[in-house]
Amino acid sequence: MSASITLVVLMAVMYGAGVYVMLEKSLTRILIGFLLVGNATNLLIFIMSGRAGDSPIVDGNGADTVDPIPQVLMLTAIVINFGVTAFILALIYRSWWLSNLGDEGDDVAADDDEDEAMEIDQAGVFHASLEDDDAAVRSILDEGSDLGDPDDDDESGAGAGEQPSEQDRDVMR
Amino acid sequence: MSDILVPLLVIIPLVGAAITLILGRHPRLQILISVLALTAVTAAAAVLLAIVDSTGKPAVVKVGGWEPPFGIVLVVDRLSAIMVVVSALVLLGVLVFAVGQGYADRDRDTPVSIFHPTYLILSAGLFDAFIAGDLFNMYVGFEMLLAASYVLLTLGGTGSRIRAGVTYVVVSLVSSLLFLGAIALIYGATGTVTMALLSDRIRELPLDVQMILCAALLIGFAVKAAVFPLSFWLPDSYPTAPAPVTAVFAGLLTKVGVYAIIRTDKLLFFDVPLQVPLLIVGGLTMLIGILGALAQADVKRLLSFTLVSHIGYMIFGVAIGTELASGATIYYIVHHILVQTALFLVVGLIERKGGSTSITQLGGLLKAAPFVAVLFFIGALNLGGIPPFSGFLGKVGLFEAGAASPNPLVYVMIGAGIVTSLLTLYALMRVWNMAFWRPKKDVEGYESPLIESLQEGPTGSVGTMTGTATATDTETRTSPLMIGAATGLMALTLGLTIFAGPLFDLAQRAAGNVSTPEPYIDSVFPEGALVPVSVDEGGVG
Repeated sequence: MSASITLVVLMAVMYGAGVYVMLEKSLTRILIGFLLVGNATNLLIFIMSGRAGDSPIVDGNGADTVDPIPQVLMLTAIVINFGVTAFILALIYRSWWLSNLGDEGDDVAADDDEDEAMEIDQAGVFHASLEDDDAAVRSILDEGSDLGDPDDDDESGAGAGEQPSEQDRDVMR
Repeated sequence: MSDILVPLLVIIPLVGAAITLILGRHPRLQILISVLALTAVTAAAAVLLAIVDSTGKPAVVKVGGWEPPFGIVLVVDRLSAIMVVVSALVLLGVLVFAVGQGYADRDRDTPVSIFHPTYLILSAGLFDAFIAGDLFNMYVGFEMLLAASYVLLTLGGTGSRIRAGVTYVVVSLVSSLLFLGAIALIYGATGTVTMALLSDRIRELPLDVQMILCAALLIGFAVKAAVFPLSFWLPDSYPTAPAPVTAVFAGLLTKVGVYAIIRTDKLLFFDVPLQVPLLIVGGLTMLIGILGALAQADVKRLLSFTLVSHIGYMIFGVAIGTELASGATIYYIVHHILVQTALFLVVGLIERKGGSTSITQLGGLLKAAPFVAVLFFIGALNLGGIPPFSGFLGKVGLFEAGAASPNPLVYVMIGAGIVTSLLTLYALMRVWNMAFWRPKKDVEGYESPLIESLQEGPTGSVGTMTGTATATDTETRTSPLMIGAATGLMALTLGLTIFAGPLFDLAQRAAGNVSTPEPYIDSVFPEGALVPVSVDEGGVG
């Protein structure tokens, strides 16, 4: 089995950068870390398919074709990562919402039964209050300029947003 | 017959999930569909178990007609069938409990519309992981059930649940990526992900490569199974979820990890000497877990710690490695799924009746809710391993199998197991003394060495927050369905005791399938694994 050294180095950098960013407290950085590590893993699967070759469509003379299975595995893994990323984004949004609006936010978001999560009609309330949500968010954004960063409550927004992009640049190199 | 039944185990819940999602505005229809779907799966799984057990051969289905190792195979041997039957029963019981809780909370018109679809997807993922015949399909099953569990854990999106959810999601993601990375490495080394073929090819690898691959896979599974030292996330995340969700998580999610460890150890890495590391890890899981439980005032947290601790017994059983031990492990897994789920449901009832789950605030439950008291008492004795309950039988089986092993370390582990068992009993009997026996009027200003220096749940956990806030509202609101579901599951644990003989024999037969890789391989490749290992992919060394 042979593999491209560029890919191996790229994968290693992505793993390293991803794990480093993941160790931060802020949820957004954890998400970025997860994306990096996830894609590094996809790359690892890809590297395992061995040397490059022709496209893996069997047309009778499949002498020099590339191994298709890792690509299939990768595709599945990418889709799964995509779904999970969407969920984490929602989680980050909700976390930001709670840390900035707190109980007040719950009043906007749903009725008083918010705590009793089994009780509320997610669908009904959700659709009804989307506009209220947006309005509340907008009013908060207008009020405080330092709340623009969707961090979780463990860390204030100061300086966030710088570091992930640095990491990104590392990876792009 | 089994050709049709095997895929149905996954298809029925998935179709059910789709239908319930469409029926989001019709809660009653949703309930009907999910109950029907899970009942159908239970029936299908039971028939499948009967077929597989009577023929003695695993049922193999080639999905889409592709021959293994090129296509996906689903393999149901006795172990898979047992796991699917038990999970289906537990899922059904908890679903009934959740429906009852919905009715009790006067929300006939407004239950959470995403609960049922998510719950069914969780079931589908669970069954898929149990019947997967290749590693990647198992990964997909894991991801399905994990994605569903993220949603269930953060249901309602309260602050405490989001906080617990973040820990849980991040830890699960890391373990999934480890698992995926391990699959990639295994593919690189062997050129296949079909487990039956892997079993053959891994044995041709050098031992050190085998060990690295095995460690990568096991670490991923150990996080999911909450094996010490990778268990820290569990007690922080499970207790905040709604009672039925916690019950399902506690009963089933960790056991998928244990199931995967069994497969890894017995089927894939048959040659890797895992006994000593697994024994040590298992023993530490038992002891550290139960010591954590002793320090808890919150019953849900306490039970989560006992859950971690009892995973240690299963790891112990896997570590011994004989057929006898595998049988005892399978019996113990079944026992633990049932009793842990039932206990969490009973705690859900306690929360309703007593308005809290902290033993420093509970009292007088024996008078207020005698039936719940009986349920808890049976469950506690069972989990603590008091004869004649199934917990005792399972542990005796494990110790017996262990005593036959030549490794002296096993005796240390047996000692650790007995200590853990007693400490479990101590922790649960303290709950009994405080919550059930202590009169309600004594709760204020109660002083006793028993409840000194106990750790309450974190502020904002369900036990302390909603418990006190809504105590007066929820006090009397339990529905017969909730009590019925808890009773039903507790009755199943008693059934496990009464029919221990035949069930133990079944577990032993399942172990006969599992403890050597040959039956599994022969069932997938009846003519032998003749697919040649190409030099290009195979010999990475």
